[in-house]
Order: sequence, then C-alpha cells, then structure tokens
Amino acid sequence: MPTPAPTTSSTPRRAAVLGGNRIPFARQFGPYAEASNQDMLTAAIDGLVARYGLAGERLGEVVAGAVIKHSRDFNLARESVLGSALAPTTPAYDVQQACGTGLQAAILLANKIALGQVDSGLAGGVDTSSDAPITVSEKLRIKLLKVNRAKGAKNQLLALTGIRPTDFGIETPSNGEPRTGLSMGEHMAQTAKRWGITREAQDELAMTSHHNLAAAYDRGFQDDLVTSFRGLSRDQNLRPDSSMEKLATLKPAFGKGENATMTAGNSTPLTDGASVVLMGSEEWAAEHGLTVQAWFVDAETAAVDYVHGAEGLLMAPTYAVPRLLARQGLTLQDFDYYEIHEAFAATVLSTLKAWEDEDFCRDRLGLEAPLGSIDRSKLNVNGSSLAAGHPFAATGGRIVAALAKMLHEKGPGSRGLISICAAGGQGVVAILEGA
Amino acid sequence: MAFSYSSFVSGGLGKQLASSLGLPQPSRLRRHDPKKSLIPGAVLVAGHDEAPLVPQVRTWLEAARVAVATVPSTSVAGVVVDLTGIESPEDLETLRATVAPALKTLQGSGRIIVLGRPPESATSVEQAAARRAVEGIVRSIGKEMRAGGTANTVLVEEGADTGLEATLRFLLSGRSAYVDAQVIRVAAPVADPVVPADWATPLADKVAVVTGAARGIGAAIAEVLARDGATVVCVDIPAAGGPLADVANRLGGSALQLDVTAEDAGERIVEHAVSRHGGIDIVVHNAGITRDKLLANMDAERWHSVVDVNLLSILRMNTALVPALNQGGHIVNVASIAGIAGNRGQTNYAASKAGVIGMTTALAQDAEVLAKGITVNAVAPGFIVTEMTAKVPFATREVGALMNSLSQGGLPIDVAETIGWFCWDANRAVTGNTVRVCGQMLLGA
Ligand SMILES: NC(=O)c1ccc[n+]([C@@H]2O[C@H](COP(=O)([O-])OP(=O)(O)OC[C@H]3O[C@@H](n4cnc5c(N)ncnc54)[C@H](O)[C@@H]3O)[C@@H](O)[C@H]2O)c1
Repeated sequence: MPTPAPTTSSTPRRAAVLGGNRIPFARQFGPYAEASNQDMLTAAIDGLVARYGLAGERLGEVVAGAVIKHSRDFNLARESVLGSALAPTTPAYDVQQACGTGLQAAILLANKIALGQVDSGLAGGVDTSSDAPITVSEKLRIKLLKVNRAKGAKNQLLALTGIRPTDFGIETPSNGEPRTGLSMGEHMAQTAKRWGITREAQDELAMTSHHNLAAAYDRGFQDDLVTSFRGLSRDQNLRPDSSMEKLATLKPAFGKGENATMTAGNSTPLTDGASVVLMGSEEWAAEHGLTVQAWFVDAETAAVDYVHGAEGLLMAPTYAVPRLLARQGLTLQDFDYYEIHEAFAATVLSTLKAWEDEDFCRDRLGLEAPLGSIDRSKLNVNGSSLAAGHPFAATGGRIVAALAKMLHEKGPGSRGLISICAAGGQGVVAILEGA
Repeated sequence: MAFSYSSFVSGGLGKQLASSLGLPQPSRLRRHDPKKSLIPGAVLVAGHDEAPLVPQVRTWLEAARVAVATVPSTSVAGVVVDLTGIESPEDLETLRATVAPALKTLQGSGRIIVLGRPPESATSVEQAAARRAVEGIVRSIGKEMRAGGTANTVLVEEGADTGLEATLRFLLSGRSAYVDAQVIRVAAPVADPVVPADWATPLADKVAVVTGAARGIGAAIAEVLARDGATVVCVDIPAAGGPLADVANRLGGSALQLDVTAEDAGERIVEHAVSRHGGIDIVVHNAGITRDKLLANMDAERWHSVVDVNLLSILRMNTALVPALNQGGHIVNVASIAGIAGNRGQTNYAASKAGVIGMTTALAQDAEVLAKGITVNAVAPGFIVTEMTAKVPFATREVGALMNSLSQGGLPIDVAETIGWFCWDANRAVTGNTVRVCGQMLLGA
C-alpha cells in the first residue's frame, strides 16, 4: 500500500525574510521622550505596511515585545496592530527575552511559517528608556494594596495610617542583574578583564561602527530600512565624525583602576526605538509581489551560569554558536557577514577572543579545536548598536532586516550569522541565507 | 490661525466692508464630487455656421446625463460654443451673440468653453486672425466672469474631433475649478482612447508613481489618483518617511523613500513599481524645492540644488521610466507659473520650471514616447495654498492669493484634478500641453 502523502502542515518549508522597518533610534529623553512603546511600535509597523503596500491586509500574526513595559501594555503587540494600518483581524502576541526579544520573536515566527501554521507575519520589538514605568517602593506597594483591599471608608483610612514617610520611594527600571546586584556594565567589565580586552581595541570597534553606519546612510542603504519618526530621520546617537582621539578623551564608566577600559563611547547608550521584520512563505511573497531577501535558516539559544561565576553574563552566544554550527555542518568561517550585537565593544571582542581560544573552546565548549578567527572586514559592516543605539527589544529586528538586505545584495547562497547577548546570561543566535 | 483675507471678506463685517470698498470677493468654487452630476445645470450648446462639433458635443452631454439647452436661462451652468467653422473675424459675432446674454444668467461656478481650430493650420490670413482672436476674447471673458466662473479655449486639430470628450468633461466638471483662461490643444490621439467603464473611476487598475507625495500638492495628487481608481506608489525623501507612510497607508498604496536626485532613482522606482504592482502606467514628477535669492547674491549651491531637484532629476529618471512605462501610459510634470512669468528672487526656480515646460513639449514628440502611445503634459500651478507658499511673507502671500480672476488661492486638489485628467486613457488626444492651474493669475499673461 502506498504511504499517504504528508499533509502540508507537517512538512517544514522555508521561512523567508521579506524586509523590515524601524524608526531611527533616539537617545534617552531625546525626541521620543514622550512617545510610548505603543506609539513607536505602531509607527514601525505603519512604515513597514506602507513600504510593502500592505494597508488593510490581514497578516498571519504579529509577534513583538518590550523589555521595559508598563503593566497597561500587557497586550502591546495587539494594541499596536489595532492602531496601525494593518487589518484589525491580524492577531498578535507579546514575547520577552531581554535583549534577545526581537530575534527570538523572529525565530518564533519563522518556525510557524516553516510549519505552515501561518503564511506571513511581523516580528519585532520596541523599547523606551524615556517613557519608563515607575513603581513605588515595595513596602509602599504592599501597604497600598492593603488600603485597596480594606472594606469601607473607615477601614481604608485605618489602613492608610499604616503608611510611614520612610515607605515613600519611587523606582525606575534599572539594567542591574537581580541576582548579582551588578549592572550589566560591571559584569561586562569583569569579562573584558578576563579576556584582556584593551581600551584601544574597544574604541576602534566603536569608531568603526559609527563610520560604517554613517556610510550606510550616505549611500542610501537605510532608505528602505528606516522610516522617519518625530522629526528624526537618522539615529540620534550616530557620530559620523567619531575618531580614536575623541573616544580616547572619555572617562571610564565601568570597572576599576587600569582595568577600567569601558567608556560611554564604547558602550551602548540608553535609547528609544522600535523595529519590525516582515516574514512569510515563498508563495505568500510571490502573491504579494515581494522579493525574498533571505531565508531564515536556523537559530539557537543558550544560557550560562553567570550567577556563580562560571561564565560572564554576556558570553552565552559563544556557547550558542558552536551548537548551531554543528547542527548545520558549518564552520565559523563559512559566513559572508557577521552581525554581533555591540552591547559593549568589549562584548564583541571577548566573544571573538573566546572562539579563538583553544582552552576555552575545549574546556567550556567541548570542542576539539577552537572555532578560530573571523575576517573582521565582514563584521558589522553597516554599523551596529554602538552607533545606532540599542533599544533592547528593537535590536533583533534591526539586525535581521539589515542582514537580510545585505545577503540579498550579496546574492543567493550567501550566509550571515547573528549573535545577540541578553540579560540573565542568555544568548540568541541565528543563521540567514541570501536569496 | 493666521489672518486670511479670503476668510475675512467672506464673513459678516468683512463682507460688508469689502463690498462697500469694491474689494474682490472670492466665491466658493464648485469642486468635483463623485456623488454629484458633472455640472449642476444645463449646458447651452451653440456654434458658428455648420458647427461640426455640435452634434457630438450634444451626444456626449446626453451620455453624461447633462441637459442641453438652446437658449440662455437661469438653469444654464455652462456654455459650449463651436467656432471651428469660422473663416473671418466677422464670424466672431457668433461668440458675442451666444455668450453675452448667457453671462447675465449663468449659474455660479459657470463654464464658458469655446472650441476652435489652431491658428497655425489656418488656410488663409483672415482665418488665422479670426482663430487667434478667439483666445483674446476668452481670456477677457475670464476676467469678466463672476461667482467662480471660468472661461477656457480648446483648440481641436482638424480630424481630431473625437478626442475632445475627455477635455469637455474635465472643463465642465468641478475638477477644473481653478483652471481659467487656458488654451488646451486637442490633437490626434497618440493611442486609441479608452472610455472608462465608469467615469467615476477613470484610472481603475492603473499604477501611478507620484514624487514628493508626503505633503502639499503631491499628497493631493496621490489622493486624487487613488480616488479615481489608481494604485499609487508614493515617493519622497527618507526624511519625510513618516508622513509619506501615512499618505500611502491611507490610500492603500505603497511608499518608496527615495531622493529623486539619486543617480539610480529611476531604476529604483521601476524596480519597486514593477515588482510590487506589476508595472507603471502613470508618472507624476511633482517633487520640487525653492531656494530663493536675488541673482546677484545667488551662490552655486542654491542654483544647482533647485535645478537638480526640479529639472535634472526628471530628465535622468525618465531615461529609466520611459522604457519601463506601460503602453499608453502618461507622464505629467509639475511646472510653475514662475517658469512662465518669471519671479523676482527665483532665477534658479524659474529656470528649472521653464525647463520643465520645454522638456514636456519635446518629450511628447519623442519617437519612443510616441511609439508607446504615451502622453506627456505639464501643469503650471499659480498660487496654491501649501507649506511651500506658507514660507512666503504674509502680505505677499495674501496679495498673491488675490491676484487672479477668481480672487483666491488655489487648493492642492485643483492641481491634482488637472493632473488626473491628463492621465485618463480616455484622454490620449492631449499631449505636449502645459495647462496653468492659476485661476487666471495676472502674472505671465
Ligand atoms: N505651492 C505652490 O503654490 C506651487 C506653485 C507652483 C508650483 N509648485 C510646484 O508644485 C510642486 C509641489 O509643491 P508643494 O507646494 O506641494 O511643495 P511642498 O514643499 O509642500 O512639497 C514638496 C514635496 O517634495 C518633496 N521633495 C523635495 N525634494 C525632494 C527630492 N529630492 N526627492 C524626493 N522628494 C523631494 C518634499 O519632501 C515635499 O514632500 C513643486 O514642484 C512646486 O515647485 C507649487
């Protein structure tokens, strides 16, 4: 008897990256000081809808998230869809994996497309460091909830009297790690020291990032990746004239003594922004006259035990990449472009050094030989977070859309590797292939 | 809000004051409303001698459900006079005898349309004189019209009579609200005219590209083309991306962020329109800038940027656009009254806009363009109320808005409607024309 043909939904198909859009990233308390996450995500969606002529269209889904979020934004992605030019019948849901949010959203969408569960969708993220939620001190919060629970005016008044002046205090979100109390920068400084990353190497990476991004804008590369918002049409943090001399004048911001190599110039600033990526099946793209830019090949997420000191907070991608390479039968050198998110210049440099290190690769990654070095001229060629800024959840979408475009320009079969570190000792990495 | 003469004199006290001082009083112009009939009244149709166009005009009007009148009356909203048969200036009496009584009773936003033949093709000196005289009369009628009425001349080439329908519809309708005292030339069509299945959507299934579409006149053009059935690719610079996206999404079109001066701008437009929408039928070159300075103080940068955006970019883009345009397509360029009359402080701008007019005439006769049945026309807006004119100092702006027979500035939609009409496939007999949308501005004759 002939075996029944598999149903389409159980046969994986290729998920295509069709394009993307983001708003320019603004510095904290800059032009987007009064824009909410929803405003920014809606603007990013609307820019994309206009670019690809999708007004009134029902997409399979929109998946997006924000790292810093008001409690009222529980349905941030869906509310943004409702405020956008997409059909209101487009479902949406929120995800969050710290700075890995945007890329993780793309992975989820790619998987659903591959499985035939949806034909099209948007993956993205947004973050504001300006319009941040404020919470009251934990003591005050508990007492206020008690007031709320109390029945009758008299009991409520009674409960209110329990509040002491010392209970008052407001807290804004910080990027400190809850389990270590250290800021991300302090964590990174430890790793930078461990890998002997010099100030000069960090400044050079930062300068290159600014020069590369400025050149990308100048030659029109960003024309179909960015849509202006609130008077900003380029990333506010971008300094086209960045130089080693200027960077050298900055005082260290993290670390101590001679190991204090990290400055505001070679660390990403707090920024506001949003990005989205359009993905779909090959058929859906053809039906909509859209060109496949790249295929979303595979992805891997890793986490490290940074709490007990076994590994640096932002080193998880060094673990995720070899697992992904092994699964795909590729070497670290098999790529035309590397997009390694510049949380700090030292993050990128520590990652690259670790992959070159025989002991690390053997002892930590369990590899027979080191992954080796990469051709640095293929790294972050159109700039990365040091220049553009890093609104946490928006970085993944920025990278996926730009890399897909680069790979499409490079031609079919070209390959790109994305590596993004995230709070909580996590790392999300992915491979795209040019179409 | 800034003080505006027009709104002042149309209100109570202002109105009294204006009329006792004999100041101009602008009327509310009749503009196109898809739900209403072409013209809100009957049209008086008359002609000299055999008047060869009259039977056809009647048939078209009847098809458009417009009543045809033979004597002037208060229900007449328009007059069409066929003077194609005139032989000598004496024959112009027909025009006087028809229009003079009609003017007394004509409805508001009335229309006088005089049909003639081009003076250049006259067979005698006498006939040429008579034909040329028509223009003079009509321009004068324009200045005598009241209550938002307009007067225009259509010169129909011998043998091109059937091509008149689209122009007649346009001129009678509210679409031509701010088109006054123009001479429109109707010639043998460059391709077979196609009467639309529904005159409410004469651009159904067309793909149009509009540059400078993020705001002002460009946004209005995109809106009118979309309203009339086209899918619109809205082009503007990346810095205008936010508003551009809003326009594109509102119209269900697509946005293309692009500086028209980019070397590969034409190719990028073609790539976008062909891959997303399957081709291009209509291109409207609207993007434009001003960088005013008296010539004595004009630096090379100001000079070059204006000429580059307003003229050179169009020439460059057309080398990619013309070959990519669908058979029977349409190109419309946005010129300016400044390119006709000149303007103090605008040598660079006037150079670019006069150049646009020259380019329009020449491109319309280009062999490739003709072979593809493409029409090429230009609009020359007069004073149109937009952000570009908001930069003009208040007094100059208010005076500028009044210096025309309709005593008011035009609206972006007026320019857009004229462009829309150039783009109808029913209108393939009008090419190489530059039509001013200026309410018969006093400048530039
Ligand atoms: N407003 C008037 O009274 C008037 C009169 C005569 C002619 N015009 C012409 O009409 C056209 C539109 O004028 P408007 O009043 O709407 O002006 P506007 O300034 O409001 O709009 C012009 C649009 O063109 C865009 N643009 C400018 N340079 C561009 C470039 N290099 N690439 C792409 N887009 C570019 C702008 O971003 C803007 O959105 C212009 O060509 C102008 O010269 C206007």
